[in-house]
Amino acid sequence: MSQVISLHRREEELIKEIAELSEQNFYACYQCGKCTSACPLTFAMDEPPHQILRFLQLGQAKRLIESRSPWACIGCLSCATYCPKGVDLARIMEALRTVHLRRLDAPFCYTQDDGERLSTLPQSALVAALRKVTW
Amino acid sequence: MSEEKKTFGYYPGCELRNRVKGLDLSARRACRALGIRLKELKDWTCCGGLVPQVKDNYMGFLAPARILVEAHAQGFDELMTLCTFCFNTLRRAAFFLQGHAEARKRLELFLGVEGLPRVKVIHLLEVLRDHVGLDRLRESVQRPLKGLRVAPYYGCLLLRPAQEIKLDNPEAPTLIEVILEALGCEVTDFSSKTDCCGSYHIVTNGQVAGQCSDLILRSAVKSKADMLVAMCPLCQFNLDWRQKQTRTAPLPVVYFPQLLALALGEPVDTLGVAEPAATALSALGSPT
Repeated sequence: MSQVISLHRREEELIKEIAELSEQNFYACYQCGKCTSACPLTFAMDEPPHQILRFLQLGQAKRLIESRSPWACIGCLSCATYCPKGVDLARIMEALRTVHLRRLDAPFCYTQDDGERLSTLPQSALVAALRKVTW
Repeated sequence: MSEEKKTFGYYPGCELRNRVKGLDLSARRACRALGIRLKELKDWTCCGGLVPQVKDNYMGFLAPARILVEAHAQGFDELMTLCTFCFNTLRRAAFFLQGHAEARKRLELFLGVEGLPRVKVIHLLEVLRDHVGLDRLRESVQRPLKGLRVAPYYGCLLLRPAQEIKLDNPEAPTLIEVILEALGCEVTDFSSKTDCCGSYHIVTNGQVAGQCSDLILRSAVKSKADMLVAMCPLCQFNLDWRQKQTRTAPLPVVYFPQLLALALGEPVDTLGVAEPAATALSALGSPT
């Protein structure tokens, strides 16, 4: 599906913030798509991993901060393992979540749950899931 | 045979004290059988579960840094872990803190210590490979697990990021395979062995975690495995949970130290193995 992007309106401030937080060079990416094919969670994303890098190259960051993709990322590092250019996309995803948490309101995909189900879940899952939305 | 009497610090972590006692129990029994001396870290606290991956989040390293400081204060230079979450968090934190002076400075102030110590965080698999060695392991087997077809599942956090963890090849690891073969198992060719189980998506969206687990289970069944061996308490939970949810013919999931202890001659009913794996393993008979 084609999308119209205005290249004259680069969101420089946001782009700079994401680059600094993640310490990654988006422009190293040449869109081979290995990250997307390696990612186990693309089915839960609205923007696939390689497109996130493309949007950042084009200066389009706001849409990514509002996207559900960073919340679907679990940090399994498949993308970073297979990237031929050494881009650690998991760090970019965390930077996007961090900017979201610092600028916007509640996280995208977390809903209230009944305590009974939560009490059956492993502690490691609860700790990790909570940390993701609190830092 | 070198009789080096080194004592490793041991950090069990929260899950091993509650839901997955069998993982702790079987690892302790296996280590005792192999002459590996473990001493549990006193008054241990939460590892933190994850390490931060943005530049300015130093406080996220506080939980693992506190454990490293404690381990050093209690006289340990190597700290052994079993849970993949704990292993990944502590090992990555130790790696990060060595290379980041600013982070070290801030955490030292916060923890009230002078100089963060260098403590090596290791996994049971490394103790077996580097301290016991495959030859001695092979000689120690009392009950070879002959005829047992096992799918070796690594998951994601045990191996990645490879440049920090440095345990094995992150794309085509063989460490669990060679150890299982030393125990007499037949290891199946299992293409999803480094795939993610869906991890903590189980908290917020079980269906997402379930879809990830499905791929792994299908791949293991396709490899004609009798059971799947897991390292991580959360992987085991997700894979079991998904099988109950979809009501498929269950593929038993066991923890690696349970197979290890069993091969070393420990009775299966002392290892905290859950059904249906317990029945399958009971059929293997007594030590020779």
